[in-house]
Amino acid sequence: MGILIFLVILMVFWQGAYWLAVDVFSLCKFYSVPSPIGVFQRFMDLMEGGTLGIAITNSLIRGICGYAIAVLIGFTLGFLLHRFSYLQKNLKPVVLGLQTLPSVCWVPFSILWFGLSTQAILFVVVVGSAFGIAISVDNAFKNIPPIYIRAALTMGANKKQLYTRVIWPAALPQLVAGLKQGWSFAWRALMAGEVMTTSIGLGQTLITGRDLADINQVMLVMLLIVAIGVLIDNCIFSVIEKKLLRKRGLLPSASLHNQD
Amino acid sequence: MSLEIKHISKQFAQDETAILTDINLTIEKGEFVSIVGKSGCGKSTLLNLIAGLEQPTTGEILLNGNRVTKPGADRCVMFQENGLFPWLNVMENVLFGMQMNGVSKTEQMERAAHYLQMVNLWEYREYPIHQISGGMRQRTALARALSMHADVLLMDEPFSALDKQTSNQLREQLQSIWMKTHQTIVFITHSVEEAVYLSDRVVVLSPQVRGIRDVVDISLDRPRHVYDPEFTALRHKLLDEVKGED
Repeated sequence: MGILIFLVILMVFWQGAYWLAVDVFSLCKFYSVPSPIGVFQRFMDLMEGGTLGIAITNSLIRGICGYAIAVLIGFTLGFLLHRFSYLQKNLKPVVLGLQTLPSVCWVPFSILWFGLSTQAILFVVVVGSAFGIAISVDNAFKNIPPIYIRAALTMGANKKQLYTRVIWPAALPQLVAGLKQGWSFAWRALMAGEVMTTSIGLGQTLITGRDLADINQVMLVMLLIVAIGVLIDNCIFSVIEKKLLRKRGLLPSASLHNQD
Repeated sequence: MSLEIKHISKQFAQDETAILTDINLTIEKGEFVSIVGKSGCGKSTLLNLIAGLEQPTTGEILLNGNRVTKPGADRCVMFQENGLFPWLNVMENVLFGMQMNGVSKTEQMERAAHYLQMVNLWEYREYPIHQISGGMRQRTALARALSMHADVLLMDEPFSALDKQTSNQLREQLQSIWMKTHQTIVFITHSVEEAVYLSDRVVVLSPQVRGIRDVVDISLDRPRHVYDPEFTALRHKLLDEVKGED
């Protein structure tokens, strides 16, 4: 609740600054400064025409599909890195290197391969987040306290039991954290892909705003991209993460009741 | 059942001196044997060798005549701390060990109830691990270890991470449990008092000889009391042996 009030205050300041800079002192032209009211009007216009709804839906579908593929690839790759020391030693540095490459750098490559198409965008999303996910998955497995594995082995756990009953649950909180980070990578990569190509989506709406010199539309789309990214993070990943951590007493609120 | 340790030596790296040399020890069914010694004497290494978590450089360890090559449920280990799984509650932690070994569902529940009552944790069975104290955690670990009916239970300084009062309570509880179950136990500790209090035999390891310096039989009647003069005499004798060399 507190944050909503803060955002409203921020809006008021923003509108006030706009009013002072444009209306009172005429320091800037009205078309070069966005204002909350202008952004809201643009929002209503675009919603009415249906353009924005379609753009958001398209972007979300692409983001989710690309992310799902990235999770699949990232998980497999991460597990292989963890499982085989040869890959750990030789392939991991390569994956780490690829991960440092900004996703927008994949766009030209992707366009040459797939043309200006949805596949091109999906490809950028997948390569933009799969490597990061692979690294987190590998780290999640690596950071399991060795005592859990020793304890399970001396209780007679076999390889399968070790993976399903110990390694998997022990790594779960870190895996979720990695998947969460992977989503933010995917979402950014999606925007890079959509801005550079021309399929209908939020990225394209942003570029249209630039082409029309409509600063309010540009601002609107930027805000929407932030809002959707935050919303998915807060409503899905953070909820799961908190639940896991609370169950294990890793959040402060849960460990106040020591007995004995 | 017997556990035979034959001519064991352990060297971690080629260019390092061996931490253990020519260890020979036989532990019979129902015996409570403690291994004491200063830090660095190799007592935890010896336990890891018996557990199969590490391999000896030379020699062999036989359990019921079979050579130990890897960890197994017949040699369950109770660790100093953090051997419980934080994603499971007290009951689930106790069940875990039995689930690894194909114990039937009904048998699992019976044994879990039996041993949780034995360590006075039955009321806490639904508690998550992070909500119980260190002492209760070690009691949970003890219930889990006992429930597996291992041939030999290996305990690696199980009370040393606890405060003095709790660790005294726990060793008292372990003594009364042992009197009921006669579980074969190999108990690693740096506390001579703990060793005399609990064991039938105390093995003194020494970093100087890099092996067994002495094996002392403790034939005091149970339950034992620390203020008993005989107890004190034995404790002093052993303390001298452990300290003796510097």
